[in-house]
Amino acid sequence: MMAELWLQFVLALDATIRMSTPLIFCAMAGIFSERSGIIDISLEGKMLLSAFAAASLAALTGSAMIGLVGAIIISVLFSLLHGFACITHKGNQVVSGLAINILASGLTVTIGFAIFSQGGQTPFLGREQRFMPLELPFIEVIESLPIIGPSLGVIYSEVISGHNILVWLAFLAVIVTGYVLFRTTFGLRLRAVGEKPEAVDTAGVSVSWMRYKAVIIAGILCGMAGAYLSVAHGGGFVREMTAGKGYIALAAMIFGNWRPVPVLLACLMFGFLEAIAARLQGVDLPVIGQVSTDLILVLPYVLTVILLAGFVGKAVPPRAIGVPYAKER
Amino acid sequence: MIKKSSLGKVVAGVAVLAMTSLISPISAIANDIKPAVIFDMGGKFDKSFNEGVWEGVKKFTEETGIEVMEFEVTNETQREQAMRRMVERGATIVLGVGFAQADAISKVSAENPDTLFSIIDVGWLDAPNLRQYVFKEHEGSYLVGVAAAHASQTNKVGFVGGMDIPLIRKFACGYVGGVKSVTASADVFQNMTGPTPSAWNDPAKGAELTRSQIDRGADVVYHAAGGTGLGVIQAAADSGKLAIGVDSNQNGLAPGSVLTSMLKRVDVAAYETFMDAKNGNFSSGVTVLGVAEGGVDWALDDNNASLVTDKIKSAVEAARSDILSGKVVVHNYESDSSCPY
Repeated sequence: MMAELWLQFVLALDATIRMSTPLIFCAMAGIFSERSGIIDISLEGKMLLSAFAAASLAALTGSAMIGLVGAIIISVLFSLLHGFACITHKGNQVVSGLAINILASGLTVTIGFAIFSQGGQTPFLGREQRFMPLELPFIEVIESLPIIGPSLGVIYSEVISGHNILVWLAFLAVIVTGYVLFRTTFGLRLRAVGEKPEAVDTAGVSVSWMRYKAVIIAGILCGMAGAYLSVAHGGGFVREMTAGKGYIALAAMIFGNWRPVPVLLACLMFGFLEAIAARLQGVDLPVIGQVSTDLILVLPYVLTVILLAGFVGKAVPPRAIGVPYAKER
Repeated sequence: MIKKSSLGKVVAGVAVLAMTSLISPISAIANDIKPAVIFDMGGKFDKSFNEGVWEGVKKFTEETGIEVMEFEVTNETQREQAMRRMVERGATIVLGVGFAQADAISKVSAENPDTLFSIIDVGWLDAPNLRQYVFKEHEGSYLVGVAAAHASQTNKVGFVGGMDIPLIRKFACGYVGGVKSVTASADVFQNMTGPTPSAWNDPAKGAELTRSQIDRGADVVYHAAGGTGLGVIQAAADSGKLAIGVDSNQNGLAPGSVLTSMLKRVDVAAYETFMDAKNGNFSSGVTVLGVAEGGVDWALDDNNASLVTDKIKSAVEAARSDILSGKVVVHNYESDSSCPY
């Protein structure tokens, strides 16, 4: 019984990683954008657009790689649109983001109808049109270790091995985000334009160009999130398939105070809640009995509200967030 | 957005019409009927429900040469509007697809007593000019449950539903009945995707639920979850297990990984509606299509021929004849909101 529970727990961790991956990509995208002072609620829309682009291109060309590249291009294009509205024209960042979300929701279905005539869906993708799980080597070696071997082996084979390349990229993205933001000149300038753009301007660095670079990076990361949904974890595009993941990522980003590692942990927590919600449905737990899945499903939202209400420290956004920068003349 | 069938079909239709008018004088009646169909969200090539209706419409047009006006609803607000427009354009019989159109058809049929209406998957309305089709999904689910139980090696099978509504529980209950009729001790894991309509379009969640069932030992997973079901089929295929499709024949989505599909013959309903209207046999009321009427069935084709062993085939056929003879009465969840299996 204990061994069975342990295995189920390990499998839930494995599911956590699968469910967290799009959140991690999006949240890192959000960090780049918002650290530079541009609010990005269009994570959801860009993810949806890129999911559609990835699935369509993979279906048409038969290559998941082309799908991924196309997804990134589309997502960057919409990031630039967002940038054009908010940076160049100093528009309202929330309105622009919302417009992209609405556009994405309609555009994907309409174009999908026109190309594939399957009710806005793309065709079902086969194995060769997707990023398939990679099995890591040395599983036998680890399992044969004395004492810790079996339990370590199950963690290694179930949780660490068997993920597709994009999952690895998501975790790599966290490391890269942390490094770029806090260890490079570029990162220092990027954070500075989000805190005190006048200072950066005085130093002779273009605020607009810095912010454009930030939203482009955000676009690339969102593109990967979308491709993960439709050509890696999933096998095709379905209307509204992002199902609010972009907003959850946004919550995770605020939750983690715009810092990569805490944000990663927040994403993993949301992913874990989603994973156990799927697994606890209709299962009798020892002592507690059946748990209402609605209760578990609502947990991420309740937690966000409670935690943001100030129970766990205060979320401090970048100072210049949402404020268009007007150069003094 | 009103689409017409291709020019070729129209020409062929006109040719057929011309020929029949030479042969028999009955064609005068044919000229009097002007059928219309309102496809619902998903569109007519959704590889599922709407496409099934379209098959029936196509068959009607091919046999009679009568063109059917079509509309594909792309958002909730268009249903009623589309129905009104069809009536304005002179439709004599309007077919609505799916329970989501119930409100619209109930309103428009009351306003236009001289026009005939028909709707699929609705059985609770009442109007003298309205025919309603209901399917015995529990019987079809029972059949695929029998197939699942025979195909399972672990004696554990799964079910993934879309939105948690009584209709989907009806699928689940019939399925459990079928499985337990073969292996009384079998475990049937049941999951619903969610409480809101977004549960029909969340393949990632569907895949995750399927994986969780597979992790618990299930090796055949049946879905009744619309777009979410694509995730179910894909997750089963990725794990080397079997899935069971629903509504239309989904065996070809992942050949070799889809054991069978529970067919809801909405094409029969569409064809029958227009044919009866054409021949003047239209009747109002509720028509129930079950195994006996050929309304629900299981799918057998080249894509799953290698999966369906002779044992499975004979077991499902036996179950079908038991239902036909009345020896087995599959419980309908909607009759008392409970499942005895």
